[in-house]
Amino acid sequence: MTTTRFIDIDFSKIESDRMRLNVGPQHPSTHGVLRLEVELDGEVVTNVIPHIGYLHRCFEKISENMNYQQVIPYVDRMDYISSMNNELAYVMAVEKLMDIKVPEKVEYIRVIMSELNRIANHQIAVATFGLDAGAFTPFLYLFRDREYILWIFEKASGGRLLFNYFWVGGLANDVYPTFKEDVLNIVKQVRKTNKEIEDLLIYNKIFIDRTANVGVLPADVAINYGCSGPVLRGSGVQFDLRKNEPYSIYDRFDFEIPIGKGEVGTVGDCWDRNIVRMREMEQSCRIIELAIAQMPNEGDVQAAIPKKIRPPKGEIYFRAENPKGELGFYIISDGKDKPYRVKGRAPSFVNLSVLPEISRGYLFADLIVILGSIDIVLGEVDR
Amino acid sequence: MTIEEIYSVLKEKFGDSIGELVTNQPVDPYINVLPDKLFEICLELRDNPELDFDYLMCLSGVDFPETLQVVYHLYSMKKKHKIVLKVTVPKDNPKVPSVEKIWRSADWHEREAYDLFGIIFEGHHNLVRILLPYDWEGHPLRKDYKEPETYHGMRVPY
Repeated sequence: MTTTRFIDIDFSKIESDRMRLNVGPQHPSTHGVLRLEVELDGEVVTNVIPHIGYLHRCFEKISENMNYQQVIPYVDRMDYISSMNNELAYVMAVEKLMDIKVPEKVEYIRVIMSELNRIANHQIAVATFGLDAGAFTPFLYLFRDREYILWIFEKASGGRLLFNYFWVGGLANDVYPTFKEDVLNIVKQVRKTNKEIEDLLIYNKIFIDRTANVGVLPADVAINYGCSGPVLRGSGVQFDLRKNEPYSIYDRFDFEIPIGKGEVGTVGDCWDRNIVRMREMEQSCRIIELAIAQMPNEGDVQAAIPKKIRPPKGEIYFRAENPKGELGFYIISDGKDKPYRVKGRAPSFVNLSVLPEISRGYLFADLIVILGSIDIVLGEVDR
Repeated sequence: MTIEEIYSVLKEKFGDSIGELVTNQPVDPYINVLPDKLFEICLELRDNPELDFDYLMCLSGVDFPETLQVVYHLYSMKKKHKIVLKVTVPKDNPKVPSVEKIWRSADWHEREAYDLFGIIFEGHHNLVRILLPYDWEGHPLRKDYKEPETYHGMRVPY
């Protein structure tokens, strides 16, 4: 299948003025308050300058004035679409600093919740990506399914988006009695919808034309820019912290790392980044099923930890595989009950910095698709 | 490679620019580095095939009572080892060579450290504020920071 792209035209022969176009900060396809200063030559993007910071809420400064437990709600608000994963990374960083071991049951519930949240995040990512490329119907199907996952979260923690559910040393409270059945039903539903989405969106001719060979990110550039998560794996790098540096109990589950192979275009194009997310949902379903089967029914959900959390003097950089990439927390403790410094290494922040590199030379309409394929959340970019 | 082996490779090549190796922390041992040869050290870390640190995980500024510090967390995708570098600079002259040309991920991280701590990264191609407005005054993550009374006529503290 060969298609002639407009990009193949030699634009140097066409006389046109350069134009500076302002996209955002309030534009539906920028996924939040992101402002892009785009330099255009005709309709071809020659440079993009992202301006961020509209959602800066001083997370790091506030954390320095809070107890270790009180930081957790703020961590929720970083990547507000996958709060469970954020909490897991922060809580595990503090636990590692203090050398706390949490009960078996807690580990299983944490993994199940994180994987459910990963599915919910990827559903949003695929849905809005489809929306950016002009497909509206998959958006409705995926948001309906995401709602079922949010119901589970709501039943367990009381919150739909911001949970404050994982605490240092355990969980806020135990899960409800019918938790296991609910989760297994969700897994069934997710698989069914994903099949539909593959027919409806992923292998759709129009969608492939819009996304294949667009925004190609080579593997070495991705590594040099510090990309992580589906953006890195879409470029064909088999790197997943759950597998390469197993934390929590991820080493007990058998799952694969999907990577982009350039099935319909070039390795590392927008379609590859999207298919990685689709296939990761399936892997998350596998992990959830295994975890549900192994999860102990009885047991405490709080480890015996002191009421006031005072980690010993020291520091730690802990990273976990978030749906969007590598979320790292660099925590320095001076032995008091408040952290001396908390730095959040947000995956969206680092992934967004590659946007100018991969959108040069493509059409302006492609820029929106490329931005959608990176899957950013501005709450995390600006912190 | 273990961190001791990496340390001895660097020590052999750069001598006095490499400070001591600190391993008495509860977690994460680190290497102290002097700022003057930081760029060459980082280039060696990336380009030496034995070390091969191709991935900058995190770059953070830290404010200590007397000094400012930049912390580099490095990782090697192929060799699967990691190290932590620390550069300490005085508060009245906080200048650190930029490593943006070695790892492009340092670009925004360095701008963030400049924005929030006022650390000057020499050789950075576009060292401007990133999270705060471009005309903001002061560096908020410093411990002695006092927020301004007003910003463009709006009251800041509430």
